[in-house]
Amino acid sequence: MEVAVFTLGAVIVLSGGLGVLLARNPVHAALFLVQTLFGVAVLFVLLEATFLAAVQVMVYAGAIVILFLFVIMLLGVDRAEDLGIEPIVGQRPMAAVVGVSLAGLLATVLLVAVDGLTGARGGTPLGDAGDNTRRLGEALFTDMVFAVELTAILLTVAVVGAVALARRLNGPMQPLPVVAIAEADDQPEDVDDDPAEATGDGS
Amino acid sequence: MVNLIWLVPALPLAGFTVLIFAGRRVGEPGAGWLATGVMGGSFLATLGVFIDMAGRPTHDRRAVVTLFEWIPAGDLSVDIGFLVDPLSLTMCLFITGVGALIHLYSVGYMHGDDGFARFFAYLNLFTFAMLMLVLGDSLLLTFLGWEGVGVCSYLLISFWFTEPANATAGKKAFVTNRIGDWGFMVAMFATFFAFGSLNYVDVLDATTAGTVTQTTATLIAVMLLVGAVGKSAQFPLYLWLPDAMAGPTPVSALIHAATMVTSGVYLLTRVTPIIADSAGWVPDMVAWLGVGTALFAATIAMAQTDIKKVLAYSTVSQLGYMFLAVGSGAYVAAVFHMVTHAFFKALLFLGSGSVIHGMDGDQDMRHYGGLRRFMPVTAGTFIVGWLAIAGVPPFSGFWSKDEILAFAWNKSPVLWALGLLTAVFTAFYMTRLIALTFAGESRYADQRPDEEDVEAATLRADHTPHESPRTMTTPLVVLAVLAVVAGFMQLPFSSSTKWLEHWLEPSLYANEVHLGTGGATQVLLAAVTVVGGLVGIGVAVAVYVKGRIAREPFEQPILADAWRIDRAVATFMGGPGRRGFEAINRFDRQVVDGAVYGVVGIVRRLAGVLRLFHNGMVRTYAAGTGLGAAALLAWFLTRSTL
Amino acid sequence: MIVTTGWYLALGAALFSMGAVGLLVRRNPLVMFMCVELMLNAVNLTFVSLGAELGDLGGQLSVFFVLVVAAAEVVVGLAVIVAIMRRRSGATVDDLSVLGG
Repeated sequence: MEVAVFTLGAVIVLSGGLGVLLARNPVHAALFLVQTLFGVAVLFVLLEATFLAAVQVMVYAGAIVILFLFVIMLLGVDRAEDLGIEPIVGQRPMAAVVGVSLAGLLATVLLVAVDGLTGARGGTPLGDAGDNTRRLGEALFTDMVFAVELTAILLTVAVVGAVALARRLNGPMQPLPVVAIAEADDQPEDVDDDPAEATGDGS
Repeated sequence: MVNLIWLVPALPLAGFTVLIFAGRRVGEPGAGWLATGVMGGSFLATLGVFIDMAGRPTHDRRAVVTLFEWIPAGDLSVDIGFLVDPLSLTMCLFITGVGALIHLYSVGYMHGDDGFARFFAYLNLFTFAMLMLVLGDSLLLTFLGWEGVGVCSYLLISFWFTEPANATAGKKAFVTNRIGDWGFMVAMFATFFAFGSLNYVDVLDATTAGTVTQTTATLIAVMLLVGAVGKSAQFPLYLWLPDAMAGPTPVSALIHAATMVTSGVYLLTRVTPIIADSAGWVPDMVAWLGVGTALFAATIAMAQTDIKKVLAYSTVSQLGYMFLAVGSGAYVAAVFHMVTHAFFKALLFLGSGSVIHGMDGDQDMRHYGGLRRFMPVTAGTFIVGWLAIAGVPPFSGFWSKDEILAFAWNKSPVLWALGLLTAVFTAFYMTRLIALTFAGESRYADQRPDEEDVEAATLRADHTPHESPRTMTTPLVVLAVLAVVAGFMQLPFSSSTKWLEHWLEPSLYANEVHLGTGGATQVLLAAVTVVGGLVGIGVAVAVYVKGRIAREPFEQPILADAWRIDRAVATFMGGPGRRGFEAINRFDRQVVDGAVYGVVGIVRRLAGVLRLFHNGMVRTYAAGTGLGAAALLAWFLTRSTL
Repeated sequence: MIVTTGWYLALGAALFSMGAVGLLVRRNPLVMFMCVELMLNAVNLTFVSLGAELGDLGGQLSVFFVLVVAAAEVVVGLAVIVAIMRRRSGATVDDLSVLGG
């Protein structure tokens, strides 16, 4: 039973990943990302991390990917890129090398490891799926309360920073200096006029 | 009382500090009196320490007074400390005593000069450096003083630096000294390497205990000799001393007669154990070098027309005698002659300064003549100095020179013969000086051979030469008295009259050679020397006073030209010397600098290649990061045991 | 056969490598960001599976914080992309090579 669920989850995850990798349209890539995130949530449930599974769906799939889609829609960077050409010389072979070596090395670790896990056992005890939330809450707000406060600050800073960065230049407020864009535009122009283009500089 | 020894160098240093900052405001003659007062105080302090020391038993007469640690650098530890023993005290006594007299003299001599305060500041600084040289308890402190007197010598020789010749003379002195300083430095390195310390007490005690090899001792001794040759103007590093006469006469008296030039002899006398432990040819070399220089300089002095040049070469010659003494193992005689020479040479220089002052700056002896009528005190004291240097008993010069010659005979009769010949020449040229300056008819109003203006002679006739003021004549009188009585500190008659020898004994580590010859030989040698001196005087009188013998054979042009050595050195330095230096310069620029620039070029080219990796593309950087991560992972895998 | 930790780890490794390759190959900045998210998820999976194996809640706690930071990162990153790319449509990361030497 567990094997079946795991296999299903793994298939979902891997196919989603491939989709992100190979989709030409960025919106398609975002949707494939949602698929992967769902698959990971399934695996979380299998591992009895129920709270995290829920949070994964809500935060990742529900918020982060929405953000992605917003930006895609607003900016018009949805123009499909041509995956056939590669401007930087040697980038594809390099990518292949990196991917293969990473996967291979990690696989080696898994295969060669004889003694099993060497991590410290114990620590905060893991309950079953039922009281997972309670235990997480207890641990977070007693042992790790400082870290939680810090994450609150982090999020605040991130929001403020985002607002400051993304302001428009011609408004009554003065903008922050922005990195200049390279003048050369060697991107191949796409044939069709994208309707998102008209709203790209508006908003 | 001994602990107050620090006052002795501190007072001149304080004088210098005040005068260098506030000298102009103090002005003339306040600056002069301040400087002289400081010197007087220093002399009194020395006297106090001396009385204290003399009151102690012989074996107790060495004290080291340390002020503070100066250089704590690992194995090397150098303190600011003073080695108070008979040798350094003797030196201090005549440095401060004669120095004070010369300061007093300068108040009168430098009257009206723009740089009055500056002069006294430099004189005080010089005295401070000289005192550090003799009082320092380590080679490094002596070197500090050594360099200090070199600097002050430069500053004072080129005191009237607006005249290019004076500035050049100062530079020549400094550069020639530097060659000697190199020797001193190498000796210091060798000493530290061999003994682990530069302290006199450590080094000399260890040498006496026999812990040093002969090669090391020879190296140190020879290198110190190089330093001494530079500072004490022996051949071939004597060239700077005649040129140094461009400085004011008190400078010549203090630095180039009484004190700085004797530092070489002091250094060699300080390290008697090292010389004793060195190879046998080292003292021989010192003795032969000394007597050779003495004779060489005496021949040149016979043909000079500038009064100060005669005295300069005379100084070189007398220093040669001191080196002869050191080489013959007669350290006491060397110190004895140093003291008497300080008195009579300072007297002679100050007297010549008085003459020059009276003649309104004219230094050419051919224009002098008959000055005894115009400057009686100067003439009288000058005559005392003349008798002393000519070796006429019972003046001091006779006793000290004779002692040296006795030890020279003990080492080698040839050395004695050359020393005797030098003594004859010394008597001759000094008598010549006296005759030309003070005796006969006055020539200052005569027409000069190279003068076109007929009126100039008659104008000069109105300017009679005059005696100098009392600030200048008083030191002359004091020095004259000392030149007479100083001989009595070391009379060779019996052990009880050899006061200086007993006094200096603790400083010499029993390295003084004992005379093998008996009393009778000594008397005979002394008699021969006296006769030789009288012969020299007699011949000079015959030539210059009576006019019975022509003077041309004695005043050979090559002698007047100092054997053309200066010219030879200049030609060498200008010709092959310059080519050699330029070759070295080329080597330095092309090979040494070239290697450095070559490294720069390599780095630049390497950077140019590496620059290509920075194309500004994010994905290239991402690829690099990924590759690095994979490499790290691989490394961790190989490291860990799985 | 039962599912061991190694299976999860292998899956995580595969997902991570896929994300890395995607980051290197794609030119659209948003898609590159999504590949980063893939990598982060692979790490999360690893954390949770190891935590389950070791019986330690720490694995899940770590994931919690990774999630928070990833969220913040996405916010700021997207703001930057908006700021840079708003003027030109069809721009890719290859056009931002001003810092090249």
